[in-house]
Amino acid sequence: MKGLAPIATVAVLLALVPFITASNAVLNFLVMAFLIALAGQGWNILGGYGGQYSFGHAAFFGTGTYVTAVLQVRYGMNAWLCFALGIAGGALVGAVIGGLSFRSGLRGSYFALVTLAFAEVLRIVASVAPITGAGVGTLIKLDLRPEAFQFQSRAPFYWVLLALLVVSLILTRIIEDSRFGAYLVALRENEDAAKALGVDTTLVKLGAMTISAAITAAAGGFYAQYFLFVDAGIAYGPWISVEALLAPIIGGVGTVFGPLLGALVIRTLGELTKIVAGDAPGLDLVIYGSVLVAVVAFAPRGIAGLIERVRGRLTPPAAPSLERSHG
Amino acid sequence: MAEPLLQVENVSKHFGGLRAVDGASLAAEQGRITVVIGPNGAGKTTLFAMITGFLRPTSGSIRYDSVDITGEPPHRLARRGIARTFQIVQPFPALTVRENIAVGSHLRHAKRADALAAASATGEAVGLGGQLDKPASALTVAGRKRLELARALAIGPRLLLLDEVLAGLNPSEVRDMVPVIRGIAARGVTILMIEHVMQAVMSLAETVYVLSEGRIIAQGRPQAIASDRLVVEAYLGRGAAAQMTEEAVHA
Amino acid sequence: MVSSVILVPALLNGLMTGAVYALVALGLTLIYGVLHIINFAHGALLTAALFAAFFANKLLGIDPYVAALFLAPLFFGIGYALQRFVIGPAAHGEDRNILLVTLGLAVMIENALLYAFRADTRTINLSYAFDVVEIGNSFLAVPRVVAFGVVVAIAALLWFAMRWTDTGKAIRAVAKEKLGAELSGINVAHIYAVTFGLGTACLAVTACLLIPTYYINPHAGNAFVLIAFTIVVLGGMGSVAGAMLGGLFVGVVESFSGLYLGESLGQIGIFVMFILVLLFRPSGLFGERA
Repeated sequence: MKGLAPIATVAVLLALVPFITASNAVLNFLVMAFLIALAGQGWNILGGYGGQYSFGHAAFFGTGTYVTAVLQVRYGMNAWLCFALGIAGGALVGAVIGGLSFRSGLRGSYFALVTLAFAEVLRIVASVAPITGAGVGTLIKLDLRPEAFQFQSRAPFYWVLLALLVVSLILTRIIEDSRFGAYLVALRENEDAAKALGVDTTLVKLGAMTISAAITAAAGGFYAQYFLFVDAGIAYGPWISVEALLAPIIGGVGTVFGPLLGALVIRTLGELTKIVAGDAPGLDLVIYGSVLVAVVAFAPRGIAGLIERVRGRLTPPAAPSLERSHG
Repeated sequence: MAEPLLQVENVSKHFGGLRAVDGASLAAEQGRITVVIGPNGAGKTTLFAMITGFLRPTSGSIRYDSVDITGEPPHRLARRGIARTFQIVQPFPALTVRENIAVGSHLRHAKRADALAAASATGEAVGLGGQLDKPASALTVAGRKRLELARALAIGPRLLLLDEVLAGLNPSEVRDMVPVIRGIAARGVTILMIEHVMQAVMSLAETVYVLSEGRIIAQGRPQAIASDRLVVEAYLGRGAAAQMTEEAVHA
Repeated sequence: MVSSVILVPALLNGLMTGAVYALVALGLTLIYGVLHIINFAHGALLTAALFAAFFANKLLGIDPYVAALFLAPLFFGIGYALQRFVIGPAAHGEDRNILLVTLGLAVMIENALLYAFRADTRTINLSYAFDVVEIGNSFLAVPRVVAFGVVVAIAALLWFAMRWTDTGKAIRAVAKEKLGAELSGINVAHIYAVTFGLGTACLAVTACLLIPTYYINPHAGNAFVLIAFTIVVLGGMGSVAGAMLGGLFVGVVESFSGLYLGESLGQIGIFVMFILVLLFRPSGLFGERA
């Protein structure tokens, strides 16, 4: 399949990082960036390719986190199994929210609003329900064995997350090259025209939302294993809804590498802010917000679009077409 | 005689108190070109929207291929072989011409490569061969009309509904387009079209229906329709029609 | 049967609270009705207005009701400038972009306030904050009665301005038929900005009405905005009368449910109501497609 070579190259290069540096700071930084990239790739499938902008991807991230954590802590299940169930749980929540919203014909602002509201409902429920540990949160017991999805050092965590990320990149590429993907983009561009060509737009959106939710839930499940702690603000908080959307939009909406690029950029900005201003709460988000507005205003197709523009300027333009369109 | 491929029976659509379509009936015979004409606001586009599933009729029934399809959603009708173009062209602007057409081809081809190949063939058939890699947003009006047509053809329809595909084209573009439409019909596709360009109606149509204020006021062969007094009245208003008849009498 | 001794005050209190909700919703619905966008920065702007009213009192000693007289024009200006110079140009006329820009602004404003003032919750002390008036058998807090009166007056004023002033007529023309209005010489970008300014000015007044009895922190506005979204959806996007009635209705519902349920559950109730309304009131509410 075309387009797998760049993914393979990126995967190999990134996999080498732990051999070059053992610095925890570097690995930590990359883990956070990949986490956002993964969550953002989920958003990108639905928002970037399908044009359905969700403001509540926290609903899926949080479900992934909580299912992974709570099943281990309360029922003593194997961590890897819990992680898989977390992904399934996220997909289920996505299917339910998507089913309700798309069947009611919600789109545009209304879809953004209703996803936001669902995420908030889940956050409030999680902050009072006993099973989630309510306000205290849930702590996963330290158990540093690979069978328990916990590792002695950062490097294995890094590789596991990288593997998840690469799977999401390949999946996105497969979708791009499939009938499902063509239908998804078509309904983003013009829903009525897609319907007239035989596209069951409700079903395609629902499928995209389910896949999207599953990918973002995987990021959530990994978060639980990496930090071994979950509470409602982390799991279902607006921060992840915002970052999951920022990454693809900054990197290049509806592109395979957009979310990864964008995640690296926003995390770098976040770190720089910390270095310059210390641990000031809110400042990083002020910058994220400004970058979001600036990208929409000046680079609507994100970094990927900018790269394309630069490349277009460097290579000579194709010979002008001789055929003049009539009219 | 066999049942027509499409049979619209006594269909009405009311928006509040407005009767956009009021008890209209028509039939499209297998393999023929049927044209609906009528003044602006007569309800033609509403009628098309009901046949293609974008609007549900308030009353009446629509039969296609001997099956009642009233109220079925558009995507299911497309799978039955009913294709349409839109009066206001609806391209997928960010996609290339080939990719636009491929969305239609995918109905019969699951694989991307097959759909793209089929799309190229369809594009060439309607005269878009040289522009397949252009973004749809870069096409001229005439190009966009052809793209509408190509996309609809790409689903491999048995019934094709064309909503003013000739509107906005200059006379030479119309002359280019007419044989394309005739060619489609010659391959056995049944065509039902809304058209204003009378020159094309006269040369293409086998049967003409005249819709005015939501009702079918006349039907028949194009030559008969052109001299029908009701039709002239519908277009030009009552006084003008009376005057014309008078002039005809005195002449 | 619960006696009227409890129910009547609950009803009146609900109406008082509802009036404030209605004013937040009024701004939102006005912007939606004309620009056809959902302003996701509405909550952050309300928070900003609360801080403005707070510091006007703390630093300058200005009574909130007096502050409203200059904060309303100030926030009108802020809203006007945001729409004219940021949201409008940045969005390139695409709905999806507008969503993102207002979200970006919300994140910026809210976190700038968090950065500047930390997460602390603040209140101001006013001599009249705990005064009550007796209406029938119910005792009502004076600031809430004032708020109710002011909101009713503003709604009336707005209604009047929309009907009888040139700008009001232009706003209605743009809301109804943008292209036609543009062709007849109305400066649509200006009218958009005026409308956004009016919506933002509503928030400044809301803030001044709230501050005597309410606390502020960098997230304070959000609670109101979700309720405002609910009201706007309930009352019909773009409908001023709908915002007023919806606001009063939600205030009363909240007041009664507060009697029977706890606060936390009451909060979920609002969200659930919001989701249900969004999901199950289709074409009537969403007549025009997004």
